[in-house]
Amino acid sequence: MTASASVETAPDFDAGVELMISLTDVHKWFGQFHVLKNINLSVHKGERIVVCGPSGSGKSTMIRCINRLEDHQRGKIVIDGIELTRDLKNIEKVRREVGMVFQHFNLFPHLTVLENLTLAPIWVRKMPKKEAVETAMHYLNRVRIPEQADKFPGQLSGGQQQRVAIARSLCMSPKVMLFDEPTSALDPEMIKEVLDVMVELARSGMTMICVTHEMGFARTVANRVIFMDRGEIIEQNEPEAFFNNPQSERTKLFLSQILHH
Amino acid sequence: MMDTSNIPTGPRENPDFPEPVSPPITVVGPIAWLRANLFSSPLNSLLTILAALFLVWVIPPFLHWAFFGATWTFPQEVVDGVRNANRRDCASGGACWIFVRARIGQFLFGFYPMDERWRVILVFLLTFAAVAGMLIDRLPYKRLNALFLFAILPFLAFWLLYGGLGLEVVQTRLWGGFMLTLVISCVGIVLALPLGILLALGRRSALPVVHLLSVMVIEFVRGVPLITVLFMANVMLPLFLPPGTTIDPLLRILVGFTVFTGAYLAEVVRGGLQAIGRGQYEGAASLGLGYWAMMRLIILPQALRVSIPAIVNTINGSFMDTTLVAVVGLYDFLNIVRTGSRDGNWIGTEIDGFVFCAAIYWVCCFGMSRYSMFLERKLDTGHKKQ
Repeated sequence: MTASASVETAPDFDAGVELMISLTDVHKWFGQFHVLKNINLSVHKGERIVVCGPSGSGKSTMIRCINRLEDHQRGKIVIDGIELTRDLKNIEKVRREVGMVFQHFNLFPHLTVLENLTLAPIWVRKMPKKEAVETAMHYLNRVRIPEQADKFPGQLSGGQQQRVAIARSLCMSPKVMLFDEPTSALDPEMIKEVLDVMVELARSGMTMICVTHEMGFARTVANRVIFMDRGEIIEQNEPEAFFNNPQSERTKLFLSQILHH
Repeated sequence: MMDTSNIPTGPRENPDFPEPVSPPITVVGPIAWLRANLFSSPLNSLLTILAALFLVWVIPPFLHWAFFGATWTFPQEVVDGVRNANRRDCASGGACWIFVRARIGQFLFGFYPMDERWRVILVFLLTFAAVAGMLIDRLPYKRLNALFLFAILPFLAFWLLYGGLGLEVVQTRLWGGFMLTLVISCVGIVLALPLGILLALGRRSALPVVHLLSVMVIEFVRGVPLITVLFMANVMLPLFLPPGTTIDPLLRILVGFTVFTGAYLAEVVRGGLQAIGRGQYEGAASLGLGYWAMMRLIILPQALRVSIPAIVNTINGSFMDTTLVAVVGLYDFLNIVRTGSRDGNWIGTEIDGFVFCAAIYWVCCFGMSRYSMFLERKLDTGHKKQ
């Protein structure tokens, strides 16, 4: 296990494992503001990546570029062999294989939990309703809230809503799961129940990219921790090496700010 | 040391209040309500007294005019068929409701031939049944009902009202009265809502041509009074068609009315769309939902729900605006009642006619308003945190 921060190859994974996501020389601007600078990232199947960094560092923007919720102006993004361009067909293909969990859940308030889960499989994957309901109940069981199936999102607690959101993405059987600060809007006592679900998901072999401040989670399941600041990837390494032996000054500063409590 | 002998040791052992006592009448009950709501300050008390005086001044005379002193029955001569009723049969100082009774056929059906009026009644009953079937929750077979209402009834109603294929043709210039008002408003509003939704989506579209076209239609139509739109539709629509073809005048009016209402509804729906947080769009997109699926399943249900008060408001206004078709020569409900007052027999019944019209319009709009409140309550249950 080397301590060097390699940008192209991921530690623990040899070149034989399928490349899931690759970002090459990606730049993004919001008007004049250069929000992503020269992003190069490769994610292999089964890898768990945690992205951390200060506010405004572009970490959310980067993962939102992966499922085209934001578009990049320069560079190339390829997911599971499909390149992300303006072509709508490609974008929809990618979105079927990439699930996303948001900070504010984004559940559909006018539908029950079960309807939230079965909507996409029925209308996007054209699954028959019976099968979609079975799949939905399977994932509701997996996130440990099967009894909430007929409730509306507004009737659930934050932790339950986020678990429903995770189950909703899983119902589409995605190849990659993106998490954009999934626990940042939760009360402290609910963070654990969501993190437990994410840990179990990671252990089952799902490819995950997670933007989070929960460093305990990073230590438990991540293969790689990436530190971003001001739109660039500053450093990436295995969790132990990252936390115990940060290379860059900016990384050291960030870690000292978040790890002291 | 405190003297503890007087401190009650428990609620039941309080010697001053051995049994529960009613609160004083100045705190709870009708007198308390009056104090809090009508007489809470000197200014409020003054306003209450002035309002009460106003009501006493206005209401009894109105009630006398409208009910107690009004003429409700025909004199014996008219009942026997000796002669027709006229204004002199009404007591002065009271409403002349026999005017309404005498001309009610015309008020309801316009100049529709008397022998064919059963067709109008049939259409009205079918529409009422189909709409009630959709709106009342407990009634089943909603799918069939919707199919009938939107796919079959329009053609059936047209055949029954207009004629042809075995039924005597009744030209649209003979249509009038409340029936005409209902035809214009129902057809207009039912078609304007999808048009408004499409225009709203078009205005928010990223595609430049679609966006520009939608903005142009909306801003042009809204920037012009309805009367002008109706005139333009009446005069200009025939110009777009090959020479020699004529479009039915009522159809031209319907097109103008529909486009006008559609443009207003477009802005209402656009407001509703803006009220839906970006997260909903992103949540739907991240699941792989395409544009139309996302709109149909996620965004529009929420946007329309949020816009119900404004939509009902617009529909209400459009229903009232049907009276403007009088300007292009159609005899809608209000116009035909006013025309009735100009008849030689009934000079002087203008006010009675207006009050009657106002009462009917008020009942219709009140019904719409109550239904909208019911709809809001029903659709809200999913959102409320319980």
